[in-house]
Amino acid sequence: MTISALLSQLLQLAIALALAPLLVGWVNQCRAWLQNKSAPSLLLPYRTIRKLFMKDAVVASSASPIFRLAPYVVFGAMCCAAAIVPSLATDLPFARAADAIALVGLFALARVFISLAAMDIGTSFGTMGARREMFVGFLAEPALLMVLFTASLISGSTSLPTIVDTLAHRELAIYPSLALAGVAFTMVSLAENARIPVDNPATHLELTMIHEAMILEYSARHLALIEWASALKLFNYSCIGLAIFLPFGIAAGSDNWLAILGAAPALIGKLILGGFALALIETLSAKMRIFRAPEFLGTAFLLAVLAMLVNQLLGS
Amino acid sequence: MPLSLLQLVIAAIAAWLAIGALGLVRPRHLPFISRALFPAGAAVGLALAVVAFLGIGPLPQATVLPIGLPDLPFHLRLDSLSAFFLLLLGAAGSAISLFSVGYFRSSEGTAPGVICFQYHAFLASMALVLVADDAYAFMVAWESMALASYFLVTTEHRIPEIRHAGFLYLLIAHVGAIGILLCFGVLQGGSGDYTFGSMRSMILTGAWPSAAFFLALFGFGAKAGLVPMHIWLPEAHPAAPSPVSALMSGIMLKTAIYGLLRVTFDLLNGQLWWWGVVALSLGLVTALFGVIFAAVQTDMKRLLAYSSIENIGIIVAGIGLTILFKAYGKTLLAAITLTAVLYHTLNHAFFKSLLFLATGSVLHATKERSLGKLGGLIHRMPWVAWLALVGTLAIAGLPPLNGFVSEWLLLQAFLFTPSLPQSFVNMLVPVAAAALVLAVALAAYVMVKFYGVIFLGQPREPNLAYAKDAGLFERCALVWLALGCVLLGLFPVNVIAMLDPINTMLIGSTAGHAITDNWLLLAPISADRSSYSPLIVLVVIAAMVLLTIQVVHRFYHGRVRTADPWDCGFPLQTPRMQDSAEGFGQPIRQVFEPFFRIERHLPSPFDAAPVYSLKADDHWWYWLYLPIARSADFVARLVGRIQQGRISVYLTYSFFTLLTLLFFVR
Repeated sequence: MTISALLSQLLQLAIALALAPLLVGWVNQCRAWLQNKSAPSLLLPYRTIRKLFMKDAVVASSASPIFRLAPYVVFGAMCCAAAIVPSLATDLPFARAADAIALVGLFALARVFISLAAMDIGTSFGTMGARREMFVGFLAEPALLMVLFTASLISGSTSLPTIVDTLAHRELAIYPSLALAGVAFTMVSLAENARIPVDNPATHLELTMIHEAMILEYSARHLALIEWASALKLFNYSCIGLAIFLPFGIAAGSDNWLAILGAAPALIGKLILGGFALALIETLSAKMRIFRAPEFLGTAFLLAVLAMLVNQLLGS
Repeated sequence: MPLSLLQLVIAAIAAWLAIGALGLVRPRHLPFISRALFPAGAAVGLALAVVAFLGIGPLPQATVLPIGLPDLPFHLRLDSLSAFFLLLLGAAGSAISLFSVGYFRSSEGTAPGVICFQYHAFLASMALVLVADDAYAFMVAWESMALASYFLVTTEHRIPEIRHAGFLYLLIAHVGAIGILLCFGVLQGGSGDYTFGSMRSMILTGAWPSAAFFLALFGFGAKAGLVPMHIWLPEAHPAAPSPVSALMSGIMLKTAIYGLLRVTFDLLNGQLWWWGVVALSLGLVTALFGVIFAAVQTDMKRLLAYSSIENIGIIVAGIGLTILFKAYGKTLLAAITLTAVLYHTLNHAFFKSLLFLATGSVLHATKERSLGKLGGLIHRMPWVAWLALVGTLAIAGLPPLNGFVSEWLLLQAFLFTPSLPQSFVNMLVPVAAAALVLAVALAAYVMVKFYGVIFLGQPREPNLAYAKDAGLFERCALVWLALGCVLLGLFPVNVIAMLDPINTMLIGSTAGHAITDNWLLLAPISADRSSYSPLIVLVVIAAMVLLTIQVVHRFYHGRVRTADPWDCGFPLQTPRMQDSAEGFGQPIRQVFEPFFRIERHLPSPFDAAPVYSLKADDHWWYWLYLPIARSADFVARLVGRIQQGRISVYLTYSFFTLLTLLFFVR
């Protein structure tokens, strides 16, 4: 482990932390444009987080320490995940400590904690949100793992930097398995990031909300951390998708700072396009009933399994 | 002369039996039994764990005890595999004994001294199963284990349901024992020598090895709870006192795993690949079945029983994969898979015992087993709640705790399978991996339900406000088990190094670089392929959490106000408006509806007192067990026809029997 590798690791983490709210702002802006509304400021998520940090936290009297601990754990897990996912360069010392399976484990850790916190107050909304979140998660998590497995079978490794290295620096070939996995991954990302058609980030309508129902009791700095963590989650998912399915432009090592500097505009460009695509999907589709969600996620799961099967059939 | 390790193990077994016998001296004297005998049993368990730890690795030791049948004395043997399971027994058993110090009280049921005897006989017979080296000693120990646990299950024998559950358990245990007995019969191969030593050297031909394997799978599967022989678990575990549930689920199920490993990899010479496919499929079906049923349970111990079925399924699936690899000569991969199997076995002993004991504390504090009447106990019972949280996160397979390590290893093994020569098997593997991860993800759902409904939220019943936290001994036991979960999770490389002699013994290969390269980094095959370091993950998460707390509090402020929860403008909310256990499981029930046999009673709009009820039952009762029970009844009735109860009729039967026999003998 060299100093430059450590620096590039810290740089990527800092970029993820800094850019994540911007990505959310950008998606919101695109969605407003597509829906013919006047858009909020691009920097609104930053202002919201700052405003929330300033406020006094209000905690329900029936809350236990788990409720106050959960936002920090969720935020910590998402930072950890951001340190594993290669966004600029693939030389990540920390990625040796946690591979793709551990990444899914980290997401699960965050999900379990936020669900427990939602059940902690003991309101009907909190438990409903926790139930729905775990319900979405139990299908989305295996589907995500299957997508990552498809990529690991192609590259013969579960370490994310190695996967991205292999996929980025191969000769140009079309992998049918990756196409199926890509569709599955898109569907999983929509569900996991509480997006339409599974959830709606902009609603507080009791019949439909999932994520918002869970965090209804949170305020001030706890809420700020949760908002930031969900922005980080969206950023992480975008980076996983970009790294596996569009890995071009990522710097191979950490010694070549020029390559890393070159990777930054590529990343930003890809994120701009990805954010727009997300807004487009959200605008074009309608929110589905909660009991249609298993069909949606089941499809994603089967597509991912199919991707692995295709990979086995055709060979990598 | 210093005692050998095997002699120490025998001494531990004898000590347990002696402690049990002491309990019978003054069966109603509770302080003597709970303050002297159970702690002594725990100390013996701890000593056994130390001895067993030393016993993993050295050459096997064997001895012959001068008890048993005239020309078939007890053969005992301690090798790495036995030593590992003895370690599990000692480590988890000592915690459970410690917990029992504060748990057993005088009650309507069995006297405490008798419980003490049954309890220690149970421990001793499990230890004897693990060191037995001939079929006779094994079966004697196996049956004593079944009997002792049967009596423990029926401690509250005045309650009819509990007697019923105990009977069901005894029945399945004996059906399984017949399978094991037949398996040993096949294994001795006509030589008439029932020692394991001669079975090892016996070369079976034709269909006999397969017959032996499937008899073992059936027999040990009945004990372990493989579908469709799982039905006794959800009945017996809620019936038993909590420490007994913990012993049965955490340790006794593992003796069945031990038996399966012993027969498959030690006594049988060579394995066939399709056994692996069968075991893998059966294990995955069991895992999915168990976890789906666990999701809809409303009794906390039934929920844990179904979760045990799930974990046994995962373990058996791993054994299937090991057979598959070994049959194709991929010894390194087989070693990694077997490591995952043993690791998960050890993990399950720790977290499942922890959770069962925690339910025991809850049960004592609240007198309530139904999830729908609990809630909010983290405020009243913080020790139990926080320690149970460790077990919950571990069993849900979350990093950096121990459940994740074994699942990680198993998934790695799945990812290596494409190198197998048979394309059919290669196609099976993605489907199997998908089923496994689905089961693991569902386990997280189940555990959130378990923990959230019991410990979080608001108390659903007013009397929960008087719940008291666990006593000192119970806390110590829970801390010990939770510590085990954490340490097994944080230092996987050391644990795998400890397990490696078993790989060498059963597979003939070590688990490779995972143990040699770097104590911090778990990397089977090579670090390029995959690596995982729970300690670093924990340090980074903890550092991030502390840093965030520091930064937030320094640059902003740490002010907190408390207020009532937001009532959404509807002030009449009560704690009963939280999700009940049924409510939390309802989505899973709806998605997997074909798995359940659902009896629903819907109220009509004109009912004066509307009643809604729903019962989600197990299909296997109606598909398999009730038909068998009905046909047994039918046969019994037919036989009953010839029983007239008059002596002249019976004399006539004897006369005709004699005539028939004479006809043949002539």
